[in-house]
Amino acid sequence: MSDDNKETAGSQGPRGEGEPRERVIGTPSPARDKALLAEDDISAPAGSGEQLDEQSARRAERTVALLFLLAFAASVAFIAYYIGWSGRNGGMHGILRAQESNFWLGGTMAAAFLLLAAGVTIWVRRLMTSKPITQERHELTTDAETRAAFTQDFLEGAADSGLTKRPLLRRTLLLAAAPLGLAPLVLLRDLGPLPEKRLRHTHWGEAVEKAKAEGKKGVRLVVDGTHKPLRVSDFATPGSMITVLPEGMEEDVPEHDVLTETAKAVTILINVPESQFKPAEGRENWHVNGIVAYSKVCTHVGCPAALYEQTTHHILCPCHQSTFDATDAAKVIFGPAARPLPQLPLSVEDGYLVATSDFPEPIGPSFWERG
Amino acid sequence: MSDTTAPKAIEGSLGFIDERLGSTSFLKRNVKKVFPDHWSFMLGEIALYSFIILLLTGTFLTLWFKPSMIEVVYDGSYDQLKGVKMSEAYASTLHISFDVRGGLLMRQIHHWAAILFMASILAHMLRVFFTGAYRKPRELNWLIGITMFILGMLEGLFGYSLPDDLLSGTGLRITQGVLEAIPVVGTYGYMFLFGGEFPGTDIVPRMYMLHILLIPGIILALVTAHMMIMWHQKHTAMPVKNQTEKQVYGYPFYPVFMAKTGAYFLFTFGVLALMGAFFQINPIWLFGPYDPGAISAGSQPDWYMGVLEGSLRLMPGWETNLWGHTISWNVLIPAAIPLGIIFGGAMAWPFLEQWVTGDRRQHHVNDRPRNAPVRTGIGMAAVTFYGLMWLAGANDVIAEKFHVSLFATTWFFRVTIFVGPVIAYIVTKRICLGLQRKDADTLGHGVESGIITMSPDGKFAERHEPAKEEERAKLLAKENARPAAPAKDAQGIPAPSSKGPMGHLRARLNRAWNIDDIPVEEHGHDNGHGEHAEVEEGTESKESKELRS
Ligand code: FES
Repeated sequence: MSDDNKETAGSQGPRGEGEPRERVIGTPSPARDKALLAEDDISAPAGSGEQLDEQSARRAERTVALLFLLAFAASVAFIAYYIGWSGRNGGMHGILRAQESNFWLGGTMAAAFLLLAAGVTIWVRRLMTSKPITQERHELTTDAETRAAFTQDFLEGAADSGLTKRPLLRRTLLLAAAPLGLAPLVLLRDLGPLPEKRLRHTHWGEAVEKAKAEGKKGVRLVVDGTHKPLRVSDFATPGSMITVLPEGMEEDVPEHDVLTETAKAVTILINVPESQFKPAEGRENWHVNGIVAYSKVCTHVGCPAALYEQTTHHILCPCHQSTFDATDAAKVIFGPAARPLPQLPLSVEDGYLVATSDFPEPIGPSFWERG
Repeated sequence: MSDTTAPKAIEGSLGFIDERLGSTSFLKRNVKKVFPDHWSFMLGEIALYSFIILLLTGTFLTLWFKPSMIEVVYDGSYDQLKGVKMSEAYASTLHISFDVRGGLLMRQIHHWAAILFMASILAHMLRVFFTGAYRKPRELNWLIGITMFILGMLEGLFGYSLPDDLLSGTGLRITQGVLEAIPVVGTYGYMFLFGGEFPGTDIVPRMYMLHILLIPGIILALVTAHMMIMWHQKHTAMPVKNQTEKQVYGYPFYPVFMAKTGAYFLFTFGVLALMGAFFQINPIWLFGPYDPGAISAGSQPDWYMGVLEGSLRLMPGWETNLWGHTISWNVLIPAAIPLGIIFGGAMAWPFLEQWVTGDRRQHHVNDRPRNAPVRTGIGMAAVTFYGLMWLAGANDVIAEKFHVSLFATTWFFRVTIFVGPVIAYIVTKRICLGLQRKDADTLGHGVESGIITMSPDGKFAERHEPAKEEERAKLLAKENARPAAPAKDAQGIPAPSSKGPMGHLRARLNRAWNIDDIPVEEHGHDNGHGEHAEVEEGTESKESKELRS
């Protein structure tokens, strides 16, 4: 033990012959094997550059070969499973078989790749004998002479072409190129219609007009999904919320437009306790015993404001948590939305809830022309 | 081996190509190209391989995916949705998942690969930034890299919007709302992108074209340029022994680097296949087809969109109405400013740094982060800013997990996105300087050996030993602060770069960059043996004496 220590110490520090030997207390110098110090300047491959010890090399070779063989087996298993099992009884059906097939195909595939990768890694680290080498970094910059020669050539070419001497040629060429560059932009015009007044109204407006033309007070609200018209008595419990659409939309709107119109017309119907309801000025008769309708499209960036908290009467948009007060004209209480959800004027006709006009303002996110 | 004739097959095909292209001189020059080694250099490789895997799996998916929003009634093998009306895009995605063998696997690998692609680019960019690898002559590759990350975000957004399920429809709706908020041209952009009002029937086929052709085409071109520039300029090296500005040290491309990088590709593919097999991602069949009135709670976008989501959540509801026009600050600011700062700042940074330090030399050996404290500090400030914004994108999840109110989390983030980066800068810079001090100390006094010696007069002292050569090479790679160029030359004429307010600003920034640099210097003991070491030991014990008394 003490011999060891002496050796370590002796080999490290320079010492004059005649100097008295210092007494050394402690462990061998960690400076030799401390990670900080012993860290290789280059981390891999560990074995390369060394003269291979033939015996361990042969062992490594066998390990690598074994890994390659296993990888081979895994890819064979992949193919075998695909042909033999995944297609049994007429192919995949439903979630369970999809899951099973996913596990087996993915598992064998992953195994094949990973085994191959492990094999190659061991090969590089234990068997390759390349030594680290040094190469010059070349100067990237071209020398001045060549640069000058190029400039010379360039100017010569410009002069030869006449481009520098003949401004008329140059200018008309530029003139000809400019509109040609704009052509692709012009061609994109038919990507879509102009906004016009499209964003200012929803299908509620058309539906109300149609109903009024038939001598009715307004258009009935139907429940989203079932398309059943809604009676006041059906919706009598305070605290409930439901999504509604104008009646007859499915029939009146061309089929490929239904989703688009729905996306604008979706409305939430909320039964707020009448005692707590504070109707906004000029909208005193827009609710029916505390039943109010607001656009479901969040005024922030348009997600459905779909959550309703009964106790606080807050409407919450799950996307960025804008919170609106259902009792107070859906004003913003918290979150990034800047304006209240537009309100739909309601009334009753023959016991059914009806809307008497479109939303008074554009629904959804704000836009430049909105005002 | 003295035998230089290659096997016939190789000789033959080499000859065939060489006689037509004269390629052998190119191959000769490059076959043993040296690649310096460091674990962090593989981050970019992972991004490259994820991209290749994305191309492969993506091609597979296009064979069955139908980019159409025509409504159909589902009649596939997923019973829960039988008879439900949905778009063809959604129906064909269900078909790929449940009726095409290996389809679900390819879908999941594709999605995981996209996530890994973006994550590895980000990690790679951080490595490049913190080691100063973007410095001249590599600014172009830095810019290309940032462009690819931005394109990757778009590509990802379009990709996960294609299946037209409820979650992706919600993402699209948000995209539309943000687009609409752009002043003057917003509504036109909206109408032109969607071919009318949201959702219309054009958006999926349009995104499909962008997703499988245009954007990947551009990314592929940029990847190629990135690699060719890297190859031409040679890879940067970490500041270790044998790496200098004039030479590069490492293993040859063929066979070592080639085999290693091949193994990385296989590892990447293997790991992604593993994830695709055992970790479910984006289970679109659970979300159902898109329905404009519905939303699934807790819907989060892919991670690289989290920053935008977070910044949208944090913004207060500001909006101005002027002369009949609306400006939605509540959407515009969070959509443009945070990422504008991050990406714009990152793009301008190499040139800004050059301007401040006045260092226009070429660099091939990287900096250790501690040796550029201002850069490292600013980098960490940016990381903090980005990270907080990203976390804010999940503030509802945080609120739920930690049982705090949602409003509290929002306010927490509203404050910390301003304070956090400042703290991060200060702390990082302090740490860097501390590490610099330690390095200077190691060079000056050596490393604690753990050996206690007793001198003849009975004093105990710990012996310090000179650091190993490798370690010293690393420490000495630090470049000490270079004195700023004098503001006036010998004749008293001010240097052109120091005139005017910009010149003053530059001078001040330059001072800030250099001011607390801790110089390291060679202490003259070669390999730590020789007379100096003895002298130093003498000082050592004197110091320890002082310590004791
Ligand atoms: S869309 Fe409702 S809060 Fe953002």
